[in-house]
Amino acid sequence: MSKETINVIMVGVGGQGIILASEVLSEAALRAGYDIRKSEVHGMAQRGGSVSSHVRFGKTVRSPLIENGQADIMLAFEKVEGLRASDMLRNNATIILNDAEIVPTTVSLGMGEYPDNVTDSLRGMGFRIVPVNADHLAEQAGTVKAANVVLLASLASFLDIDKEVWIDVIKSRVPQKYLDINLKAFALGYEASCA
Amino acid sequence: MTQTKKLLTGDEAVARGAWEAGVKVAAAYPGTPSTEILENIAHYDEIYAEWSPNEKVALEVAGNAAIAGVRAIASMKHVGLNVAADPLMTLSYTGIGRGLVIVSADDPGMHSSQNEQDNRYYAKFAKIPMLEPADSQEALDMTMEAFEISETFDTPVLIVLTTRVCHGKSPVIIGERTEVETKPFIRTTAKYVMVPGHARKRHVIVEERSIKLSELSEKIRFNRIIRGKGEIGIITSGVASQYAMEVMPDADFLLLGMTWPLPENLIRTFAASVKKLFVVEELEPYLEEHIRQLGIEVTGKEVFPRCDELNPELVRQGLTGEKPSPSRIPADIPIPVRPPVLCPGCPHRGFFHIVNKNKLYVTGDIGCYTLSVLPPLKAMDTCICMGASISGAIGFSKAFEDQPGKRVIAVLGDSTFMHSGLTGLMDTVYNKSKVITCVLDNRTTAMTGHQEHPGTGFTIKGEPTHAVDIAEVARALGVRHVHVVDPYNLEETDKAVKACMELDEPSVIVAKRACALKCRNQDFALSVVNQAQCKKCGACLKIGCPAIVKKGDVIMVDKGMCYGCGICRQVCPFGAIEAIE
Repeated sequence: MSKETINVIMVGVGGQGIILASEVLSEAALRAGYDIRKSEVHGMAQRGGSVSSHVRFGKTVRSPLIENGQADIMLAFEKVEGLRASDMLRNNATIILNDAEIVPTTVSLGMGEYPDNVTDSLRGMGFRIVPVNADHLAEQAGTVKAANVVLLASLASFLDIDKEVWIDVIKSRVPQKYLDINLKAFALGYEASCA
Repeated sequence: MTQTKKLLTGDEAVARGAWEAGVKVAAAYPGTPSTEILENIAHYDEIYAEWSPNEKVALEVAGNAAIAGVRAIASMKHVGLNVAADPLMTLSYTGIGRGLVIVSADDPGMHSSQNEQDNRYYAKFAKIPMLEPADSQEALDMTMEAFEISETFDTPVLIVLTTRVCHGKSPVIIGERTEVETKPFIRTTAKYVMVPGHARKRHVIVEERSIKLSELSEKIRFNRIIRGKGEIGIITSGVASQYAMEVMPDADFLLLGMTWPLPENLIRTFAASVKKLFVVEELEPYLEEHIRQLGIEVTGKEVFPRCDELNPELVRQGLTGEKPSPSRIPADIPIPVRPPVLCPGCPHRGFFHIVNKNKLYVTGDIGCYTLSVLPPLKAMDTCICMGASISGAIGFSKAFEDQPGKRVIAVLGDSTFMHSGLTGLMDTVYNKSKVITCVLDNRTTAMTGHQEHPGTGFTIKGEPTHAVDIAEVARALGVRHVHVVDPYNLEETDKAVKACMELDEPSVIVAKRACALKCRNQDFALSVVNQAQCKKCGACLKIGCPAIVKKGDVIMVDKGMCYGCGICRQVCPFGAIEAIE
């Protein structure tokens, strides 16, 4: 990527660990020597609602929000949330798409419909899709709760920040007793995306 | 000396700035997006920090600490400053002993607020200097500068942050703490006792101070011009300036960091130096009105929205007239809305189920339980501001007096009860109202991220302290019928509600059960739908638990999400939801 500023958007459902993932990315970008701006909202959005986090890094960055149509990479923790935010992406952008469907209560109540074949729809819009079964890989690592780290690892494989920097940041962020599981989750996610 | 660069949110940077400025006292009531300011200050041993019961108390604690001679800070969300407006207006008159800084965290876009008032008007209203940081570095720098201004001009200083500054992260160069000597308090009643005779004299001093502050605003480093091509000039403040500089890097900028009083000469000079002038600011035309008053022609709210927060595309559209590009998402793909919901295992869910069953009108309040207004519970009729539930219920029951059978219940959380429910409850007794009050006591301030309050038994620093017993308080205020129930037990809760509905006098129900997010490791039996017995009536769906999922025709419990509260098992009329052994 030769652009001056890299715009990464992370989307999903409150409680999926998006804020932590965006914290790790931001810290890694800072350690790699970039200027960085990050933005998301806390509070109500965490109660099972749609969540998005914007991370921008480069030589000099000003706006903490990505302009519509300017995101380079999307990390979608949930499929329909990826679709919802797809207008944030530039043409031919990459979507790292978690193979997870979380049915909103509105759908269970018959007030909405969960779309079929989200992956195909996104592909049809011209995006490059990188599917990741994060739950499965996280379970392999030891706990399904580490799915956010699997996804983060997949993102890491696309960015120009050394793998060692990511690992150092994770070491500084994750409590000792969960560290091995998270490092394994990172390794599995990284491998899966590089393959 | 090596410089340390850290990635901080605006809130963290304000906390760091307060520490570096030698603050000794800090007080706040939690409120998104301001909460993390005090949470971070509490980590510093040199600062006394407290969660106050409400913002008025917080400002009085901080304000008087400053009068008594130490640097102090009070932080709150925008609506919190309404609660603290009373001391604010008069602290402007008394001035301070050592520095006093008040932080208002505004929420353009109302990500988690009931209105989007622009608190910049409070500075003008109270006649106190105001600073508006645009990022985390400025949040730290301006916090430190605010204490200097406060002491130089003998005034409280208002710092206005917005959500994107509070919760946005950017690199900050941090420094060390400077200890500030305590100024001995000397009794000066003409300054600190605002009886009318004293206050009249202080008002004159406030007006003189404003003139001196105008001179400061002309030369302060936070108000600065960045030269571009001289075609388009943009006057802007706060995070809006970041959007504007991003989308139009070649324009001339007058960046305003100190926005009350405004630097009139600087504005005139800048306006005269460009061909076309824009004002880019969030929400109200605060700068624009002032600039127009100077007789300067400017483009502002006619091209930028007054509602909702700004973002780069809105700023670009306003500056260039570009139209937004159409969505690429094919129109025939449904995208279901995903509103925030009460969490799986939330104890409020059972209570609202009972409220609906008994067809009660609900005057609500500010907290997680406000989410009960959404389908399927739809169990709330009003929600105005902190504490309005109980006093609101008094109004409702008066209005319902000649409509027999209509009963109202006031519903608020434990932290909100401490904040401003007590006086309303006292009113129900004093003025003989038959209001039913329910305190949904989940043992924490849940919505803002689990802060302590006077009922939890712990201070902000985690020290054990006296825990206010809500049932005892209700009795002490004169309520004779007080029920304490477990909202996971629907039968018990229903019985209490029905008993209260029979009464012709005030009553209180304390629905006590800790927040499910705080007690995640409880060992409850999870639920499962016995598909053979399920008649697909949908009764379980009506409690709105995100763990109960309907896929096609099948209703099931998502094992990963279920908390095991057992409410769904109690509402199923066919016993089809079972506990997993």
